[in-house]
Amino acid sequence: MALLQISEPGLSTAPHQHRLAVGIDLGTTNSLVATVRNGVSVVLNDAHGHGLLPSVVRYLKDGSTSVGLAAQAQAAEDPHNTIISAKRFMGRGIKDIPDLSTMPYKFVDAPGMVQIKTAAGVKSPVEISSEILKVLKARAEASLGGELVGAVITVPAYFDDAQRQATKDAARLAGLNVLRLLNEPTAAAIAYGLDNAAEGIYAVYDLGGGTFDISILKLTRGVFEVLATNGDSALGGDDFDRRIYCWVLEQAKVHTLDDRDKTLLMARAREAKETLSEHTSAHITVVLSTGEVVNLTLSEETFNEMTASLVNKTLLPCRKALRDAGLTAEEVKGVVMVGGSTRIPRVQAAVGDFFGQTPLTNLDPDKVVSLGAAVQANVLAGNKSGDDWLLLDVVPLSLGLETMGGLTEKIIPRNATIPTARAQEFTTYKDGQTAMSIHVVQGERELVADCRSLARFELRGIPPMVAGAARIRVTFQVDADGLLSVNARELGTGVESHIAVKPSYGLGDDEVARMLQDSYAHAQDDMTARNLAEAKVDGRRLVDATETALKENGATLLDEAERTQVEKLLTGLHAALDGYDLAAVKRATEMLNQGTVEFAARRMDMSVKKALTGQRLDALEL
Amino acid sequence: MLDFSRDHFALFDLPASYALDGARLDQAYRDIQSEIHPDKFAHAGEAEQRLSMQWTTRVNEAYQTLRRPFDRANYLLQLQGIHAMDANNTSMPMDFLMQHMEWSEELADAKAAQNVAVLDRMEKTLRDEAREFQAQLADEIDQKHDYPAAGETLRKLRFTDKLLAEVGNAYEEIA
Repeated sequence: MALLQISEPGLSTAPHQHRLAVGIDLGTTNSLVATVRNGVSVVLNDAHGHGLLPSVVRYLKDGSTSVGLAAQAQAAEDPHNTIISAKRFMGRGIKDIPDLSTMPYKFVDAPGMVQIKTAAGVKSPVEISSEILKVLKARAEASLGGELVGAVITVPAYFDDAQRQATKDAARLAGLNVLRLLNEPTAAAIAYGLDNAAEGIYAVYDLGGGTFDISILKLTRGVFEVLATNGDSALGGDDFDRRIYCWVLEQAKVHTLDDRDKTLLMARAREAKETLSEHTSAHITVVLSTGEVVNLTLSEETFNEMTASLVNKTLLPCRKALRDAGLTAEEVKGVVMVGGSTRIPRVQAAVGDFFGQTPLTNLDPDKVVSLGAAVQANVLAGNKSGDDWLLLDVVPLSLGLETMGGLTEKIIPRNATIPTARAQEFTTYKDGQTAMSIHVVQGERELVADCRSLARFELRGIPPMVAGAARIRVTFQVDADGLLSVNARELGTGVESHIAVKPSYGLGDDEVARMLQDSYAHAQDDMTARNLAEAKVDGRRLVDATETALKENGATLLDEAERTQVEKLLTGLHAALDGYDLAAVKRATEMLNQGTVEFAARRMDMSVKKALTGQRLDALEL
Repeated sequence: MLDFSRDHFALFDLPASYALDGARLDQAYRDIQSEIHPDKFAHAGEAEQRLSMQWTTRVNEAYQTLRRPFDRANYLLQLQGIHAMDANNTSMPMDFLMQHMEWSEELADAKAAQNVAVLDRMEKTLRDEAREFQAQLADEIDQKHDYPAAGETLRKLRFTDKLLAEVGNAYEEIA
């Protein structure tokens, strides 16, 4: 077989060196980064040996930020500028956020997503989250001694499209190449399943700081198939803290709290909750700004009483998920507990009762998500792993369109395996109508007003016809990240116009560029150098992929002339990668991309054929 | 070049019939997914990534269609040129409709009275009825090849499935 071997200065000559990839759990309360090292998934610690990074960002007047423990320690002293639990605001408008009064922030109502006014200017939740991701990226690169190829970022399974898009934007803003958005319970299932060689039906109950997910999975010989998922993206440990907070106000008969007191009392409430996971009572002592001293004892019994409705609130999604999966609780072989809030004894008891078995608590509920994400990142980056496994995940909430009368027409049902696509035809309502307004929504309710609005766009240029004569085909495509794109096309007369949309909460490329510019102006970085570096990473990835493909199938799937052509384009890209001309790198990458389309198609055909042949052989063996 | 428009059964190398070897479908689906899923192409070139997504989307659709008895029957009828679920295809026997109207009322009453025992009974009756229709479909499609008759059975099955789903929702409203 004719092999192509090109070595290049500045690039490793070993074509299959270990690619550095990480899994990041961007949590409401804490965030972590993990990687696969010598075949084992490990959490990466900071210089002080801490694995958990508190998801707290403090903005200072000079525009700089502090993130993590240091920021957390200053929260009560600087409540307006120290943002805790920013994940709760991702992809959310101001009207979506409950308990505004218990939070000290200066919210700014902005189109699409709420923003917060800080000493360093108005910040969006995407920017705040990106500060956390930047710290984790730096930690990983320091620890692994090189630049990351990419990262898998986890999101709650019940996150809707706007929240997913916001998370991906935050990662881009932090300079991370997102290999995949991965659902948190699915990540936990990977970590648990691979470790325990688990087979059968498993439930993952994931109660984090601000979100709740329940996923039902079927594990069979290396296939992780999500059957159904449900949850509440605004329910978590924070709500338990808030119950304690309100109880303290009531007991102590305190009415006016300043923002320092609010932050302080919320922190004490959290500590009390944590104490109650180990003890039967907890003391809460707070000295308020007025000098008043609050001193209370909270018993486990009282705590259980005041939070019973929250615990119950998690059981309805469990019931719904089981029903969607067509299963009963008895058919579940094991219940994996994930998220810090599953340490609450009453939560464990309620879940045990519901599923009729003791939940599995033998893994660290804080770390398991990042460990699973790291395993996935390792595979996606192209590092060969010993065991071959496959992940089949679903879309959590139905996706649809607004039709006449403010009703929802579902196009993609919840729990459809991704990637998935579905098309539906619509028609015009009035004679001579030349435009159609398309409103994309997500949710299970009948009325559009009760669902989440994701995007609105207009299809123009419909030829004037009588009402009902035009045929508009609207196609929804959900990719492997669970992200939606929509396009509409007029078919009636053969005239086609189409548009692809991103949810209105998603940031445009120009917005990301502006935000990057803002943050880098501060860091005195050079945008051009950064763009060049990114283009080179893309180019190198394509070189790698193409060389591997040529080595594997070049001799069989391409004739001499085709092979020479691909090799020529490869040489061209190699040359461009040696230089410093951004446009040349982009051009050469695009040319190689175009030049390998046919090769890619043949390889894909071969893969499908190979799978089917394997299937026939299996059938024969039976 | 592989034919993107091959029917769902051919895609999984299965005979085009209502009776289905579920284990074989699952295995074929997983075998194909193991080769073409986007996770296998995350580090590949743009063209391969796009193709992988298109193929996986196609395979997912085929699998979901074949896996569910209702969708599988509907699809088989479509292959025979019969669109049983068209809006203008509504012929239904009167007694069947009357029975379902009665059940609907019973369900509404049970919901109002929060009567779980009635829901349990209805769920069982409807499950039995759905199973009966499925057996009938197998006979009409695979044995008798009487597709118009199968179309009517399929429309009945949809009524039953819908009511079953409503019973399911009622449980949740009561809970």
